[in-house]
Amino acid sequence: MTPRTEEAFIEHVQSGGQVEATDWMPDEYRARLVKFIEMHGNSELMGVLPEREWILRAPTLQRKLALTAKVQDEAGHAQLIYRVVEDLGKPRDAVLEDLISGKSKFHNVFHYPTKTWGDVGVIAWLVDAAAIISQKALLKCSYAPYARIMKKICWEESFHILHGRDVILAMVTGTPKQRELVQEALDRWWKPLMMFHGNQIPAEKDPMFHWRIKSQGNEEARQQFLDGYVPQIRELGLEIPDPKLRKDEATGRWAYTEPDWDELRHVVTGHGPMTAERLGFRRASRDETAWVRDVVLAEAA
Amino acid sequence: MSSPAPPAVDHLLRLADDELILGWRDSEWTGIAPFLEEDVAFSSIAQTEIGHARAFYELAARELGGTADELAFDRRPEEYRSSPLVELRLVHDWGRTIARHVLYELADAIRIAEVKGSPDPDVAGLGEKIEREEAYHRMHAQMWADRLAESEEGRKRLVAGLEELWPYALGLLEGEARERLTADVAERLPFFTPPEVEPVERGEHVDEWAALWEEMTMVRRSAPGGQW
Amino acid sequence: MAVWEVFRQEREGQPFQHGGSLEAPNREFADAYAREFYGRRDESFALWIVPREAVLEVREPYVAPVFDRDYRRVDGYSIKVKLKEARELAGTPSG
Repeated sequence: MTPRTEEAFIEHVQSGGQVEATDWMPDEYRARLVKFIEMHGNSELMGVLPEREWILRAPTLQRKLALTAKVQDEAGHAQLIYRVVEDLGKPRDAVLEDLISGKSKFHNVFHYPTKTWGDVGVIAWLVDAAAIISQKALLKCSYAPYARIMKKICWEESFHILHGRDVILAMVTGTPKQRELVQEALDRWWKPLMMFHGNQIPAEKDPMFHWRIKSQGNEEARQQFLDGYVPQIRELGLEIPDPKLRKDEATGRWAYTEPDWDELRHVVTGHGPMTAERLGFRRASRDETAWVRDVVLAEAA
Repeated sequence: MSSPAPPAVDHLLRLADDELILGWRDSEWTGIAPFLEEDVAFSSIAQTEIGHARAFYELAARELGGTADELAFDRRPEEYRSSPLVELRLVHDWGRTIARHVLYELADAIRIAEVKGSPDPDVAGLGEKIEREEAYHRMHAQMWADRLAESEEGRKRLVAGLEELWPYALGLLEGEARERLTADVAERLPFFTPPEVEPVERGEHVDEWAALWEEMTMVRRSAPGGQW
Repeated sequence: MAVWEVFRQEREGQPFQHGGSLEAPNREFADAYAREFYGRRDESFALWIVPREAVLEVREPYVAPVFDRDYRRVDGYSIKVKLKEARELAGTPSG
């Protein structure tokens, strides 16, 4: 059971204590949790859209099955995450309404178009790699119900990156045209990937860290991503479109071109190249099936 | 691949094409089903249909040569044997989607029972394996049909879909299997009386077919000789 | 819409553990969805699917007893010294 004053509660979470759904918690903690977890759920749900149309175009039966399974997982993860939000007091209908009306946010990478099968590979490999770094850090989240589903999510997603890397490997060892598709996709996705973990706010100034909702800082996550994936990208002979990107061997830190944080803000506040179209699609498909929810989800007679 | 296939192989291709195209159509619902729990369930059904298609193509490839992927993606649109029922684009209309789902599963049960009785042990064995997964599909379809039929609005939409799609469902089968389907439908869907109609026969493709084929094969055609 | 809690048994004979929750309008849907969410990777041997309102939760500080009940625990018994004394009295070799 958590302490009943805000001060003691903060001490509890900062010293590694966890919080359950039925525990007392400060209003601010609950509000921040809802906002953060809701955005995570929104990202899973909106993350379905850049890939879903490519299920229909997948070039082999195996790829089609793997991509369908991956997108299915994302829908499933949205469900798991939204359930946590619901138990914190915000109903699913309200969550989806806020998403569709643009009141709540979702991750920057899901505001961009998926132009070719090369993009499908880059998304599954590198976007998922960036996401799994954030998600693994959430295993230590102070809110226990969220930390618990993160365990299931990380376990389920373990094949996504492999699927993506396999798609990329098949293409870079294929025809010159296929290799070109991969390089072009990497060129398109590198900037959004560098923005993925957010600006360089120090962990101790990040309210999400203060409440131990997050356990790692943004820059730490980005450095981890670069450490893990820059060598994997380069060994395929692909070129990363950032002339400043290099690792300082003395400090072990990666230097890179400062991402355009204004662009990030602009994109996640609803002005990305695909934001309006994707939210419109969500709204339309939700409207078309509203009658199903009305008749089926009504309390059993 | 343009010379006519022997009857047994042609039968395998019909089964494979039906499962592939239905799986393709069902996967159009991925991420946009009426609610998230159903998203996950319906996507699994799409995946098993594609899995069954692959298994049937592999058996057909024993005779025809090539691979399951080549059979699935590299034929000309007019070479596919899929039935019009599975080709119809129903996405966003859940009532018609469930109507097709339940009709297809009832018809497929009759067909898979025949496959299980095949003199070819590989074909019969595959029928056994497929039946285990199709039993779940039937449960899912029946659960949805029953639930929709419990409300006035749901029943109205479902029955409208069943009426529209019934001639297509008959066209999935041949000979006396059609009478069995009529009897099964009357038994499992008591709120619907199958009308006497001319079946929509296999052979002609529906208007939406060309667009489906274009989209399904576009990546493969974009880099000929590529590996995926 | 009703919330259902799902408990899963990973392998036959193991205890059931809470897996998560889902929403479903009736038992048939809850059954189908629980299989999807907790069985599609062949990760469960059996599932218990329970309407949330059927779950009665009791939590600390009302679960553990307030007063020490060391007689229920293994560490509540220190037999070493007494055993030594008993053996000396009996004249048997100590082990």
